[in-house]
Formats: sequence, C-alpha cells, structure tokens
Amino acid sequence: MEVGRLPISASQRGKLIAAGYTTLSSFSSLSPSHLARDLKISDNEAAEIMRVASHSHRLDGSAAGCGTVNGAQTAWDMLHEEEMFPRITTSCMDLDNILGGGINCKEVTEIGGVPGIGKTQLGIQLAINVQIPVDYGGLGGKAIYIDTEGSFMVERALQIAEACIEDMSECGGLLRKDFQACQLKMHPNNILENIFYFRVCSYTEQIALINYLDKFISEHKDVKIVIVDSVTFHFRQDFDDMALRTRLLSGMALKLMKLAKDFSLAVVLLNQVTNKYIDGSFQLTLALGDSWSHSCTNRVILYWNGNERYAYIDKSPSLRSASAPYSVTSKGIRNSASNCKRIKMM
Amino acid sequence: MANKQISQMGLPKSIANVFAARNVFTAKDALSLTEFELMELLDVGLAQVTSAVAHISEIVCPPCQTALSLMELRVQNEHLAGHLPTHMKGLDEALCGGIPFGVLTELVGPAGIGKTQFCLKLSLLASLPASYGGLDGHVIYIDVESKFSSRRLIEIGVKSFPEIFHRKGMAQEMAGRIHVLRPASLSEFTEREFEHGAPRQNTLGWHVSFIKSLAEFSRIPVVVTNQVRSQSRDEICHYYFQVQSWNETIEDRTRHDSHLVAALGINWAHAVTIRLVLEAKSDQRFIKVAKSPISPPLAFPFNITSSGILLLSDDGIELTGPDINAIHCQGHNDIINFGGESLQC
Repeated sequence: MEVGRLPISASQRGKLIAAGYTTLSSFSSLSPSHLARDLKISDNEAAEIMRVASHSHRLDGSAAGCGTVNGAQTAWDMLHEEEMFPRITTSCMDLDNILGGGINCKEVTEIGGVPGIGKTQLGIQLAINVQIPVDYGGLGGKAIYIDTEGSFMVERALQIAEACIEDMSECGGLLRKDFQACQLKMHPNNILENIFYFRVCSYTEQIALINYLDKFISEHKDVKIVIVDSVTFHFRQDFDDMALRTRLLSGMALKLMKLAKDFSLAVVLLNQVTNKYIDGSFQLTLALGDSWSHSCTNRVILYWNGNERYAYIDKSPSLRSASAPYSVTSKGIRNSASNCKRIKMM
Repeated sequence: MANKQISQMGLPKSIANVFAARNVFTAKDALSLTEFELMELLDVGLAQVTSAVAHISEIVCPPCQTALSLMELRVQNEHLAGHLPTHMKGLDEALCGGIPFGVLTELVGPAGIGKTQFCLKLSLLASLPASYGGLDGHVIYIDVESKFSSRRLIEIGVKSFPEIFHRKGMAQEMAGRIHVLRPASLSEFTEREFEHGAPRQNTLGWHVSFIKSLAEFSRIPVVVTNQVRSQSRDEICHYYFQVQSWNETIEDRTRHDSHLVAALGINWAHAVTIRLVLEAKSDQRFIKVAKSPISPPLAFPFNITSSGILLLSDDGIELTGPDINAIHCQGHNDIINFGGESLQC
C-alpha cells in the first residue's frame, strides 16, 4: 500500500517520503524507535504512524485468497435484513401502498411540495407512527425531529397522538388482543416524550447537529426515524458561494446515509419547491438544485391535483412511479375521502 | 451559536492553537470545511480532526428537548400555552388559542381589505392587562407604509373595551406601550454590511432568518403584512409529470386578471408559518386560514366595524383544495355604479 493513502498529516507523509519510505511494507517491519530516528520525530509520533499503517493494512490485505470481497454484504443477506424491519406506516393506505408498505428503514427518503400541502403534517405523523408498538405492526421506536423553520406545533402533535391511540385501541379491539398493558402505557404524553426535538437556527447548527447525531443515537438506540423539516431552509437564505453549498449539502447527505445504514433507521428529509425554467416554461421542482437530487434514495413529491392532495413517487430504486391521493384531517394524514380513489400508474 | 469561538470550546490546547494559527476562529469556519480539507489545512491526522469536529459539533449543536417538555414549558410559562387571542372566537379556535408565539404569521390581501385594522387591533390586545385577555406588554409596530393611525387605535380601544379606556389615564398608558417605527426609506430598513461586496442573490434571505430566530428566542408573536400582485401567465406552474391539456391553458387565461397572488414569491411562502388571507368575494370579505400546521382550511366572513374586525360567523366554511390560497378581489362596481342600496355596510 502506498504511503500517500495513509490518513496521516501532510507533514508526516512528507517526512516519510523524504526519508525514502514510499510503501507500507518498507517500514512496517521496523521498530518505532528506529523510525523515529530516521524521520527525526518523537517516539510517540512514530508509534502512532505505525499503528495507523497497520490498521489500514489490515483493512486492505486480508481479502487476498478468499472468495468474499472484504466489507461487502451479499444481496441475499441484505434481502433478509430488509424483511426484518417493518416499514413505518403513514396512516394513509393508498400512500402506504405506493411506498411498498410505508417509509423504509435504512434509506433516506426526500419529501417535497408547495407550502401548505402537508409536509410538516406528514413529518409529525411519521414521528408518531414510528412509536406504534410492535404488537400492532409498528416499530416501537423513538423519533428525532429536527426543526429548521419553526413549523413544529406541539398542539398539533398532541392532536395526532391522541387520534393514533384511538385508532390503535379500535384496531386492538378488532384483533381481540390482550392489550391491557399496552393501553396503560400509551398515553399521548408518552408519545410526546419519545419525540426528541431540536430547533436549528443556522446551517452551521444543522451541520453540527448531523455530526452530533452519531453520538446521540448511540446513546439512544431505540431511535428509529430522523425527520428534518426542512432541510432546505437555511441553505436557501444568504448563500453566496454555491459551490460551498453543494459541498456542504453532499457532505450532509453522506452522513445521513451513513446514519441510516449504521443504526438501521429511516431518514426523512422535507424539502421546499422552486420555479425552474425548463423547455420554454416555468416548472415546479424541488429546491437545492440538481446535485442534491442525487443524494436521496427515494423522492416523493406532494402536489395538488384539482382539489385533492396527491403524492407521487418521483425517484426510487425499488418502487415504481405512481401517485396516490391522501388527505390531511384533524386526526392527521388519512385516506382521501373521495369516491374515485384509484392509484394511477404512470 | 454559529459564531462561537473555537478558543472557548474546551478543545485540547494543542489543537485549539492549530485552529487559531490557520485563521479558523469560529465554529462556522470549521464546519464549513470537510474533514479532508481540515486535515490539509491544519496538518494533523484524520483521527485528531474527527475528534475535534465531533467536539465542536457537540458544543454548537442545539439542545435536545422532548416534545412533552416543550409542551409543559409552554403551558406553564406562557399565556394560554403560547397564543395571543384575537378576540375573534372562530379564528382563535381554529388557531388553537390565537396567534402563536415564536413563529411568523402573515396577513396578506388586496389594498383596503383590513390588514392594518387587524394589526391595530392586535397591537391593542397585546398591550392590554392580562385580566382582559391581553399580554400586558409592549408592542413594536414597524409602519413602512405610514398607515398607523393613533386616532383609529384609540377608537377601537374605546369601542371594544369601554371599561378600561374610560378610566383616567388608561388610554395614555395603553397607547404608550405601542412603539411605532417609521423607516424613512427602504435603504434605511435594509441597511446591512455587505461582507463580500457582491450583490446578494436573495436580499430577503437574511431578514427572514433573522426575524424567525428573533421570534423563536423571545417567544413573542410576530405578525407581518404582505401585499398582492397579479399572477402572470407563466406562473401557473406544474411539475413535469403533471400533464396539461391545451384546453386548460386557454381557459386559464381569463382568470389571470382577477387572480392575485401574495407578493415575494414561493420562497417567502415557505418561510412563513401561518398565512391568513384576507379577500373580498361576492360582496363579502373573508379571512381564510390558508397555511397553518394546526388548523383546518377555514374561511370566516367578516366586517370592519368601529371596534375593529368582527367575524360574522364563528363556524368557518371549510374550503378544500388549493383554492384556500387564492386571493380574490372585487372591483369598484358597488361604488361606481351607485344604485343607492349598494353602499350599505
């Protein structure tokens, strides 16, 4: 392995190369003190370099000779893993159907739409639905709600929580389960207690928070969904350097994907819309530009169709493009009330 | 938080000095660079950079609260769990108590519909003592269009709360709590250092973030009024997957003249939390809750009286569809084709 690929500081790399060590094997058999003398650095520094070098070597070298590729997972194992985690329902049957059952864990889903279409409503509904106990087909997990715009209203969360508990007790009655214990536990306040709320006031705080989430979620292992409402707001105001914005956004997207994968949770990003001049006319499109549109695994667009709200699967590796109606009621997101409910395949 | 100094974050001395030596002083500077860029800039190993960034992120990141503690805090500390009642029963019910604290509420409507009247009433309500349902506080009224009328304010006060205003000195005290700012020109209002020199793409952006943060930290209601403009043909916007037939576009052309939209565009529409649309349709004025995370889309008919705004019905009409966002405006047929009866209020 080349010395240039080691994650050490530039000056240390420079000293190694100047002393003639260009590959790992050239100094891996030396003792730290010998290396320290050669490079004119302290013993501790030399020991550190050797430790980093052997660590990188271990990750790299053990693949030779076996049939498997180091660090990869076979598709079969992944299929089993996916089936282990139930999806998070959106409380609207049509919407769940086009999503293949609901929002998937281990993936980043982006949901965008015009103001007032129900993005925050959907976010709050998901934060509550993730807490549905396993007995009722949910994940029994907690939620992290990152609010960048201040649109999270506690009163609304309480309303939706109460309606969710009502629905569950009705459902439980039908299934004739022994839900005494569950009933006692599920009070709207318990549901509100399991939503971790962060209010972010600038893009620096947003980046800091996404960095910190790694530590936070390791301490709260039962968090199963992270909702960012909205991911756009701070990046749309006040940014002179568009290249910096793209870099920061892609860095953020990568970290979120890593979070989703490492902790097997769902990440839902809510996005705004903007007008774009395409093919001679203005069209609505999700904000943050073309580079950002590659960052998410799934993309759902919420829009008005006549007098009804519809959701459209814009991009997904496993779901086909379809749209479904939904409605926002006092109980939260529910099925659309219209008679001609049909899932339109595009 | 973003401008917090790295030197004050409790990082190990050695790395803190390196940051300072390379002109990375604030958290914003540090977090705007990727880890590899920091490695190159600071000349330290990856492990050190990662732990330094993790430390900075933990310090800068906002505190965690549960939704329950949020609710309890508000119920305990704030008037009506954080709402300013407008004394219009239907609207207050729809908004779960009144104009919420900590978020931006927008009033938008054509000229002369009653936005300033609403604002005058709200300023009065905020200055009233708590026993009368007010916030017992001071009000900052930023009057850009020079529409503030103290005479009208006192009139509303006297007509709505005669028992307070007839007491000696009360009118003066109430009115004394309302501070009116009149910026002389737009540049005075938007004065700000231009750090980079280049003209900003979106001059509104900074102000929106600032006003929202201000509302958030001080937990006060912030109400803004907005104007309307006519909708141009290009703006009937759709997504690429929404198929539009030719017939639709021909019909729509006739709607354009009477169809108004709120000014400042879709970016601003995203930024406000609650949007109340005031409009006039078929000889009646309506106040519509067009965008609100806590309310259904209701429209209430109202009139302007000597005591402010009066709702004609406390059960709003529920509007489905995007029509709740539409702003209708009537012409002046009722005045110009004066037939005697039509001038009744």
